[in-house]
Amino acid sequence: MKALTAGLRVCLVCRTVCHAPGDGMGDDRAPVRCPRCGAAVHARKADSLARTWAFLIAAAILYIPANLLPVMRTSTLFHTSDNTIISGVAYFWTSGSPELAVLIFTVSVVVPITKIVALAFLAWRARKPFRADAHPLGRLYSVVELIGRWSMLDVFVVALMAGMVQFRSFATITAGPGAAAFGAMVVLSMLAAHSFDPRLLWDHHGRSDDAR
Amino acid sequence: MTPVAAEGDGTEADLAACPECDELHVRRAVRPGERARCTRCGTTLYRRPRRRPDHMLAIVTAALIAFVVANTFPILVLRAQGILSEATLLGSVAALWTEGQEPAAVLVFLTAWLFPLFDLLALFVLLLSVTTGRRPALYAPLLRALQAVRPWGMIEVLMLGVLVSLIKLSRMADVVPGVALWAFIALTVLLAAILSYDLRVLWRPVPHQEAAR
Repeated sequence: MKALTAGLRVCLVCRTVCHAPGDGMGDDRAPVRCPRCGAAVHARKADSLARTWAFLIAAAILYIPANLLPVMRTSTLFHTSDNTIISGVAYFWTSGSPELAVLIFTVSVVVPITKIVALAFLAWRARKPFRADAHPLGRLYSVVELIGRWSMLDVFVVALMAGMVQFRSFATITAGPGAAAFGAMVVLSMLAAHSFDPRLLWDHHGRSDDAR
Repeated sequence: MTPVAAEGDGTEADLAACPECDELHVRRAVRPGERARCTRCGTTLYRRPRRRPDHMLAIVTAALIAFVVANTFPILVLRAQGILSEATLLGSVAALWTEGQEPAAVLVFLTAWLFPLFDLLALFVLLLSVTTGRRPALYAPLLRALQAVRPWGMIEVLMLGVLVSLIKLSRMADVVPGVALWAFIALTVLLAAILSYDLRVLWRPVPHQEAAR
């Protein structure tokens, strides 16, 4: 049986099972205070899908400047070159460290795109979930939640390079506006994942379970 | 099993609900290092950490020392044409800021410095109050803040970033790993142990925790 059908709610902070107001099915919108930790306990995360979509769309929009704007500018005596995420990957690939190219490409391109597409798919499915879907989709959500943070790698690399390469006379590296856009994109997609409530994927079960 | 907390405090202490699929379960005792999984979706419901709070306190203390060292000394020292260039993490943040990349500077400062530091300090205070058996009034808000901040601390990602920049920079100049690099490696290892400690056991009532051992 589900907590919701039993008139109970689980506090997501301390995992205490609390009574829903009125002991009935409970109104989604009225939170109770968790008696143990004091957090607001909702039956389902508040406005889960609307918030997920909002963060997701913002992340998808920022994905464009994050990839078009330079993340790093290298200046030497002779020339200045701007690097985007992709040109950084290409540089590694051609300069003999394909493993680094693959690593950066994975965390900076594959992970964000996968995450945005997967969350959009989950948010779309959660509106009208099917029984057979819940397992694989729940698994997908856990993976998406886990990998998102690694996209910050390139932002850290740029920050460290910019901080360290300051040979005033002949070579400097500075960060470009793409770094902030990319970082903001990662933060927004993490917020989107946090807002999504995976229990929505299982909610169709509630009705059939009740009948049992 | 008789209800433990059905005395009208609004909770069901002998039940657990899955955070991913909402399935209700009756709580069972688990041994240290064991976890209880949801029967429907397989998500971990609760677990009993292998390490005791006082062991964790030692690990957190070591991690705090590693954090201080990692942020005091330069991570890498670069040498090119006789000029030395070195930077600490906060030095890099300051460089980003002065270059006009304030948003990126704030982002790195928060995720690589402030949040991990808050995580360690808060955990230190919480574990200390658990081991001494006294819970200050700030215990619950502090633990909630710790749980809220934890996903945003990214030391392990920073560590990988340090290694990537090390390789990148080694083509432009002579790179000498600084003391802080080793401290960062130690910190990452210690954090792996700290992050695997389920914070939710800290919500358990005090007597419960020690009596069970």
